[in-house]
Amino acid sequence: MTSTTEKPLTQNMRLDGSFLDLPAYEQTGGYHAIRKVLSGGMTPKAVTAEVKSANLRGRGGAGFPTGLKWSFVPLGKDAPDPTYLIVNADEMEPGTFKDRLLMERDPHQVIEGAMVAAFAIEADIAYIFLRGEYTLAAERLSRAIAEAYQRHYLGKNILGSGYSLELYLHLSAGRYICGDETGLLNALEGKRANPRAKPPFPPVVGLFGKPTIVDNVETIACVPHIINNGATWFRGLGRTQDAGTKLYGVSGKVKRPGLWELPMGTTVREILEEHAGGMRDGVKFRGLLPGGSSTPFIVEQHLDTPMDFTEMPKVGSRLGTGTMIVLDDGTCPVGMTWNMIRFFARESCGFCTPCWSGLGWAERILKSMEDGRGKPGDLDKLASQASMWSPGNTFCALAPGAADPLQSAMKYFRDDFERHISEHRCPWR
Amino acid sequence: MLTAEEINEIEAEAGHYPKREAVCIDALKIVQRHRGWVSDESLRDIAGHLGMSPTDLDSVATFYNLIFRKPVGRHVIMVCDSVSCWIMGCDRMREHLHKRLGIELGETTSDNRFTLLPIVCLGCCDHAPAMMVDGDLHGDLNPQKIDTELEKYK
Repeated sequence: MTSTTEKPLTQNMRLDGSFLDLPAYEQTGGYHAIRKVLSGGMTPKAVTAEVKSANLRGRGGAGFPTGLKWSFVPLGKDAPDPTYLIVNADEMEPGTFKDRLLMERDPHQVIEGAMVAAFAIEADIAYIFLRGEYTLAAERLSRAIAEAYQRHYLGKNILGSGYSLELYLHLSAGRYICGDETGLLNALEGKRANPRAKPPFPPVVGLFGKPTIVDNVETIACVPHIINNGATWFRGLGRTQDAGTKLYGVSGKVKRPGLWELPMGTTVREILEEHAGGMRDGVKFRGLLPGGSSTPFIVEQHLDTPMDFTEMPKVGSRLGTGTMIVLDDGTCPVGMTWNMIRFFARESCGFCTPCWSGLGWAERILKSMEDGRGKPGDLDKLASQASMWSPGNTFCALAPGAADPLQSAMKYFRDDFERHISEHRCPWR
Repeated sequence: MLTAEEINEIEAEAGHYPKREAVCIDALKIVQRHRGWVSDESLRDIAGHLGMSPTDLDSVATFYNLIFRKPVGRHVIMVCDSVSCWIMGCDRMREHLHKRLGIELGETTSDNRFTLLPIVCLGCCDHAPAMMVDGDLHGDLNPQKIDTELEKYK
């Protein structure tokens, strides 16, 4: 049984960077959760109820309650066949580097989480949808899946329980949009990864038209610990009303960029100053994106906000993936915004007009400002474009995600944008 | 013509999906692993093998940035240009690569040794700037380190 520690996801990881193979994972209490449910300890509905009661929310960025999502899947003999469970391992949100650690260092934890989730929704087939560039994660997951089959944790009639599950690793061929829930489904069906219109929602009509749950790697990794230690324990891990621990990361010009598993609701300031060591000598803090490129900037006055799903929206931002990108005073905020909008423009799937047309337009305006060709009225044009990248005007969250850093940058760093135009140059060049 | 080895590998993956055309992305990657890229002829052969039209398959092939529809060098360098790497100086790394290799993004050296491409966030943000050469991730880059690492790829 897993010990009740403050760092359930990372406590067993080795400092030398090697990974836990199956015997090592079992020694740390691994595969106890799946043994518990398969030996008749819990029904699928009881597993979902426990996860719901644990208040586990999606760690991929959207924060949707995981147990609630699972409860939408039809169960029983009359349910459509097969049902699918997909682990979204398409980590590609700029500034985000958390799921890679989980897959590279403790792949069996992800596999066991997928198995318990699959059991809860009575899935027959599970896929890990992994981005193609994560080569080390691919190698270690492949080996771990083979070990799990060999030990009869996967396949037909697992451990004599009557429950069968096939688990496949799918290596993607690129594109950010594959991380979108329904874009991912199309990619897995061998199509262009254009997102789908919703409803119907994937838990009812998903992969190949069958009920499908798509959950992020970090979300899935929490599941065995909830089953082993209970919902009350998991809720108690968080410092605020949001439950569990969170992998928080910091990148940019700080003293110690890195990744730490901390209680959910740890403040931005504690992560930035205590764990990342504060700013490097010679540069000052100006702002940060709390959870990847799709989250709005926050500034100095917001640093004492708990980094969780509930508190971050109160200061106009979001937890997102929980991996912060720090802007310092030696870095141009307009250039940084241009970099992110260029990313979104390039990664647009080309499906919705406000996205494929508007992002490219905004990218060109920002580039012209950086090159000293900005014109009066450009800020109004950017604001007008960004206002059209809202949910309802597009099928997915890509363009709304691009509006967040642009609109917040224009709010907090307006003087810098205006200086680019009035001085006909980038003051940082 | 697809080789027997390529067909075997494609069929092994095809068993993971209930519909045959779902394996087409895996098939493109398998052929590319053997041949370095996906030529028009390879595309037609894969489409024929899976019972798809070449046009449908090409619409998929050209959507995904890790499928190469043009020849590439023996080694592919992918330089991350997403935001954390941008803050940490990826533009300088790219300029160094331009100078050292004498090529721009999307080009291949005349000795066919390297192709240079941009890539989105490699998830190496705490060790930015980063690049990937073939399947190998290299972080904490500076011009000297780039020179040393590239010597390993002949």
